[in-house]
Amino acid sequence: MVKKDLKIIVEDLNFFYGDLKALDGVNIQIPERKVTALIGPSGCGKSTFLRVLNRMNDLIPETRLEGKVLIDGYDIYADNIDVVELRKKIGMVFQKSNPFPKSIFDNVAYGPRVHGIKDRVRLAEIVEENLKRAALWDEVKDDLKRSAMELSGGQQQRLCIARALATEPEILLMDEPASALDPISTAKIEELIRELKERYTIVIVTHNMQQAARVSDYTAFFYLGKLIEFNRTEEIFTRPRKKQTEDYITGRFG
Amino acid sequence: MRELIAFWCVRMAIVIIVAALGIIIWFLGKNGLSILSWEFLTEPPREGMTEGGIFPPLVGTLYLILGTIICALPLGVLAAIYLTEYTRQGKVIRVIRLGINNLAGVPSVVFGLFGLAFFVIYLGFGVSILSGSLTLTFMILPTIIRASEEALLAVPQTFREASLALGATRWQTIYKVVLPQAFPGILTGSILGIGRAAGETAPIIFTAATFYTPHLPRSIFDPVMALPFHLYVLATEGTHLEKTLPIQYGTAIVLLGLVLGINLAAIVWRARLRRKKRW
Repeated sequence: MVKKDLKIIVEDLNFFYGDLKALDGVNIQIPERKVTALIGPSGCGKSTFLRVLNRMNDLIPETRLEGKVLIDGYDIYADNIDVVELRKKIGMVFQKSNPFPKSIFDNVAYGPRVHGIKDRVRLAEIVEENLKRAALWDEVKDDLKRSAMELSGGQQQRLCIARALATEPEILLMDEPASALDPISTAKIEELIRELKERYTIVIVTHNMQQAARVSDYTAFFYLGKLIEFNRTEEIFTRPRKKQTEDYITGRFG
Repeated sequence: MRELIAFWCVRMAIVIIVAALGIIIWFLGKNGLSILSWEFLTEPPREGMTEGGIFPPLVGTLYLILGTIICALPLGVLAAIYLTEYTRQGKVIRVIRLGINNLAGVPSVVFGLFGLAFFVIYLGFGVSILSGSLTLTFMILPTIIRASEEALLAVPQTFREASLALGATRWQTIYKVVLPQAFPGILTGSILGIGRAAGETAPIIFTAATFYTPHLPRSIFDPVMALPFHLYVLATEGTHLEKTLPIQYGTAIVLLGLVLGINLAAIVWRARLRRKKRW
């Protein structure tokens, strides 16, 4: 890999919840405009790692971080980093779809609005563009004033993706985005992920190994807070180098 | 068998409570209902308060309620936002919260004396709507803060995370996402506090209420007549206690109706808003 294609570089990362060490010496280099899947059993630290990348863990009291997290070469935990700016650059989609109890339009327009876009025409353009990107436009275009809470689970999750995309992020973090969805909605989300990687660097946490195999270019296997193996997805799934990885993907534990 | 005893115990408890409420209302109704009329509500007292209506104290109480809402609601909500959204839960916060909860347990007459010493005398507001409203504000602040805190904490954390992840600032998140969600809870919880403020006598005796004024208050620095104090005066200090009995009962009914009405409004409103919201 050429250095300039690397979007996220993490060096010697340790992360603590109080006294509990949740991430232990993680080193990883995540390439630009590719899908990187984080897999591993529950409690292995993959979600924690994801939330390190947009400093979401800042919200949790008594957490501590050591090491370096570089995005585009900048240490995002440096003192002079504006967290609000950082999060604008990094979209996030959560495990449980969490649209605001507002209209579909207002959900997508939320990010642009908080960043100061007031022009209605411009907002309407942004909403349409991002609903299209999230493959939701055709289903909702007739009534954007409808409450987002009336959408189905799969639609809500795609709305959350549209909402995240509307701030023009460069990175999209997805925390098990399809775990609560039915197979058809899941397929839609996966298809969407494959399309979105043309424009975005995507990091996705998933419980589902088939999903990791289907959507990702790279896969990182976490176990007990350590990054056990990181490689191209086909390598991980066909020729794992570590015994633990092999055991996990063949279903012998986890 | 044990089941049966338990069942009857809990059932008796509810019967006693409902009966008590019923007796109060029946008793007041029997003695005072006859005097209730439009004139009773809209006319000032006459003949040394043995005749006429209760217009001035009714208006006075409404002014006090309004003043209390204006002071207590913003202050209480902002305090609750600080406690839930801006602070890490730690020792200092626990002490603050303990303080607030203890404030709720302070007898209302103590608030009255405090109001007299601080607002009326020290700040020089005199016996006035302002002093009374501020005193009542301090009395119901704990209620409002607690209600607001509960309402804020009931807003799912995922909404905050979603907003922050979109690059919203903390205040934008509170203002655009959290507060609108918490608003029904804040409002109804606060209304219950305000209902209490409407009925209290002790805090306003020294700070706002007056025995009798010939005119309605002209500014917030004027003293007012107020329903609870009016009732107290009629029942204890009048020269014709017997003669004013119907007026006393009538006043009590109006006061009770006002407080129950406020509480009922809060409950209906909450129920309606709950039905609307889903997450």
